Amino acid sequence: MGIENIITKISEGLGDSLLSLKQKSDKRVYIDIPPQAVRETSRLMLETMAARFQIATGVDTREGIEVMYHWALDADDLIVTIRTMVSHEKPELDSIALFCVAAEWIEREMWELLGIHFRDHPDMRHLLLSDDWPEGKYPLRHDYQRSDEVTP
Amino acid sequence: MSKRTIVPIGPYHALQEEPEFFKLHVEGETVVHLDIELGYNHRGIEKLSESKDFEETIFLVERICGICSTSHPLACVQAVEDAGNIHVPERALFIRSAVGELERIHSHLLWLGLAGHFIGFNTIWMWAWRFREEVLNILELISGNRNHYGMMKPGGVRRDINKTDIPAVRGLLEKLQDPLKLFRDTVIEDPLIHARTKGIGILSREMAVAYGALGPTARASGVAIDARRDHPNAAYEMLDFDVVTCENGDVFDKTVVRILEMFESIRIIEQCLTKLETVKGPVDSNPKCVAPGEGVGVYEAPRGEVFHYIRSDGSNRPVRHKVRAPSFMNVPTNRETVLGGTVADATIILAAVDPCYCCTERMAVAIDSHGGDELWGARDLIRLSCEKTDRLMKETGWRGPQPPENIFANR
Repeated sequence: MGIENIITKISEGLGDSLLSLKQKSDKRVYIDIPPQAVRETSRLMLETMAARFQIATGVDTREGIEVMYHWALDADDLIVTIRTMVSHEKPELDSIALFCVAAEWIEREMWELLGIHFRDHPDMRHLLLSDDWPEGKYPLRHDYQRSDEVTP
Repeated sequence: MSKRTIVPIGPYHALQEEPEFFKLHVEGETVVHLDIELGYNHRGIEKLSESKDFEETIFLVERICGICSTSHPLACVQAVEDAGNIHVPERALFIRSAVGELERIHSHLLWLGLAGHFIGFNTIWMWAWRFREEVLNILELISGNRNHYGMMKPGGVRRDINKTDIPAVRGLLEKLQDPLKLFRDTVIEDPLIHARTKGIGILSREMAVAYGALGPTARASGVAIDARRDHPNAAYEMLDFDVVTCENGDVFDKTVVRILEMFESIRIIEQCLTKLETVKGPVDSNPKCVAPGEGVGVYEAPRGEVFHYIRSDGSNRPVRHKVRAPSFMNVPTNRETVLGGTVADATIILAAVDPCYCCTERMAVAIDSHGGDELWGARDLIRLSCEKTDRLMKETGWRGPQPPENIFANR
């Protein structure tokens, strides 16, 4: 399809939800969107663009918790990263696992490691940490202390 | 109505000698639901990585997995290079591809051996692991180590392949051809392997796409994705190879894809060696620092695409390092593939995605039973699976493949 066409198509599909777009190289594109647009953007990537959900990454920053959804367009050697920011006070996002089963595990992981709550997730429970992990302690947050850990 | 029983597999020593927990919900002999639990092996690599500098990070990710011990570093260095726009000399690219492909052969042979063991073909297990040694010898020759090669670094590779070593590597590769052909003929022709693997654990194309399946798991279902071709890295753009795909998505096709891929790997390594004879130059661009930025690195590991994301703030440590191993996407597909099958087949189906739990870091399987809470372990499952093969042997009179006379000569 060509990277220019892809960027145009995504930009048109996003409309007002597109906050900024950065083309880092001819193989990597980063797009910022508001948190409420996560679900429609993911649908756009999955259904209209036929992109493959690679994984999502959460990063704890000063400004809030950043969540990135990495989408691969295999036919065009392109990886599009859709980025959004949620606040530390109310880290909530819509789950995309209802229509993108590939995202089910990673949303569980981001919930337990970073404390992001995914609304309407079909099966929210611990994935990597033990079931008796103390509530509200998130290992990948910067304010996490080793003393928060449960000693067996 | 039949009664539902949960057959727990794990959490320790189930199927693949790694901690995972499958709750197999069964009704009679039929598996009706699978619940997967992970986390018995979670080591917090991503958190740990934030306390290491970029050079140390590569050694750390090399230790995520003993089998993909060059795939993780390769994806990681590519993420660092993408973040910092670091140049890699051409010669280093060929060495990266050669080492990556050697790893693919040894990993596929390891899986083939285990698969043979699970269905009661211990001969295949012993042959496959015996010839895997040859590959490890080549890796030792190149890197000094049988595993954990320590070859990758941001900006290139740590060790060059000496010109004087190339004929020896070629010789060892040549020796590998006959055993690989033997495996190809044995598995593709053998009636018992057909009986045990064909039409078993089918992953449809639609499901492979929906779950984001990767590597041989996806390619066996007709989804032709391969990070080597789709997102060219290392030297793959300059090399000629085919992406092997099958259509049915059953255990047999997954096996065929892996076996045929080993031949492609040998082709790739031979091309790399030819290039290494002529392409001169340094193998490392010695980057002094990583500029602030973020980068994504992908590499086609034996099990599928490995994904690394690195963010740098200009210091010598990553601010965030995300690792996604292929099994993280492949293991959930078991929820589709084990359904409707029998408990005896669950053994090989659960193993067919070549799961790697130290990478993925919990699962469960359900079986339909006539009552009683039975607790089965991995040994019981392997026993069930072996018994099925024995039964088939008695019914068909076929005793399994015989090695050609000269295969073990001069070894």
